[in-house]
Amino acid sequence: MSVVIETPQAPRSRKAANWEKYGWLFMRVSGPLLVVLIFTHLVVNLVLGDGIKAIDFAFVGGKWADPFWQWWDLAMLWLALIHGTNGMRTIVNDYVEKPKVRKALITTLWAVAGVLILLGTLVIFTFDPCPANGAAELLPSFCPAR
Amino acid sequence: MAQQEIAEVPSFTVTLMIRRFDPETDSEPKWVDYDVQMHGTDRVLDALHKIKWEQDGSLTFRRSCAHGVCGSDAMRINGRNRLACKTLIKDLDISAPIYVEPIKGLTVEKDLIVDMNPFYQAFKDVNPFLISNTKPEKERLQSPEDRARFDDTTKCILCAACTSSCPVFWTDGQYFGPAAIVNAHRFIFDSRDDAAQVRLDILNDKEGVWRCRTTFNCTEACPRGIEVTKAIAEVKQAILRGRP
Repeated sequence: MSVVIETPQAPRSRKAANWEKYGWLFMRVSGPLLVVLIFTHLVVNLVLGDGIKAIDFAFVGGKWADPFWQWWDLAMLWLALIHGTNGMRTIVNDYVEKPKVRKALITTLWAVAGVLILLGTLVIFTFDPCPANGAAELLPSFCPAR
Repeated sequence: MAQQEIAEVPSFTVTLMIRRFDPETDSEPKWVDYDVQMHGTDRVLDALHKIKWEQDGSLTFRRSCAHGVCGSDAMRINGRNRLACKTLIKDLDISAPIYVEPIKGLTVEKDLIVDMNPFYQAFKDVNPFLISNTKPEKERLQSPEDRARFDDTTKCILCAACTSSCPVFWTDGQYFGPAAIVNAHRFIFDSRDDAAQVRLDILNDKEGVWRCRTTFNCTEACPRGIEVTKAIAEVKQAILRGRP
């Protein structure tokens, strides 16, 4: 009599390269960076000088006329969105079992992040602090209309 | 010299709520309660024995050595993974029922017995044996420092308490799980072993160490006190370095 012993489990599929290592590393690096970037951002915007009352069009326009703050905000935008989206991707991978739903959710996540990053980057670098038809008293002090 | 009075061991009645499942009659597991008279020195395993031997012989669970070495009787007791043979009833809250369930994340076969094959498969997949490039002609000597490097992870008894406490494993059965990584760690950091790179490559997988969320459930669950999360972190570091 012969006994057929079923394979207990299909062999684990092995893929040569994967991004998980780099994803993990990115989270560890971007996390501390974001802490510095975001808290400095909050202190500069809400605490220093006139505090929260200082925020108006001129304040934001003035900051985005300065390449330092443009790059600061750009770093914040990119790191925060990629960090957050990758975190959401991890949660989806953990808890969504159906491969199609998983793929759809992850694709949506990255598409949304991509659009937001693109729009944000565009705004940071094309922002006009001195619009021609703006009310003069709202404009930053360096605008010719003021 | 005053003879010291030895206090009598108290005995008490305790209720056990056991998650029972008979694949031949049940479609869903159900809670069944049993009242048993127990001693202050008794363990949860003794209560299970008492139920099986005196009340309901159909109660099914695994146990072999019954002394915390074989790792057969890991189960979820009052929501925590423990060995039934190492959990004293008096240490639990006996004013309320004690809830006993099978460990999570593995298919229940009957009552407290789960299918351990996926767990063992992950263990096998990390090559949990010494791989050496040299011929075994004489004893392989090792300094006490080199031995201490992986001492913690030699304690594993493969009871699956850690892996079945891991929230990632609950939803992703393909994840290697803490126990497999612990046993890979035991050889990766062994100075006599020459295949650390092979194991690091295996664990640098989509379902490898990067799935770990550092929730420390495994460290808390381990009945042997292995610092499981630390071991996983060390394997992550070794993969980043590219060597142990």
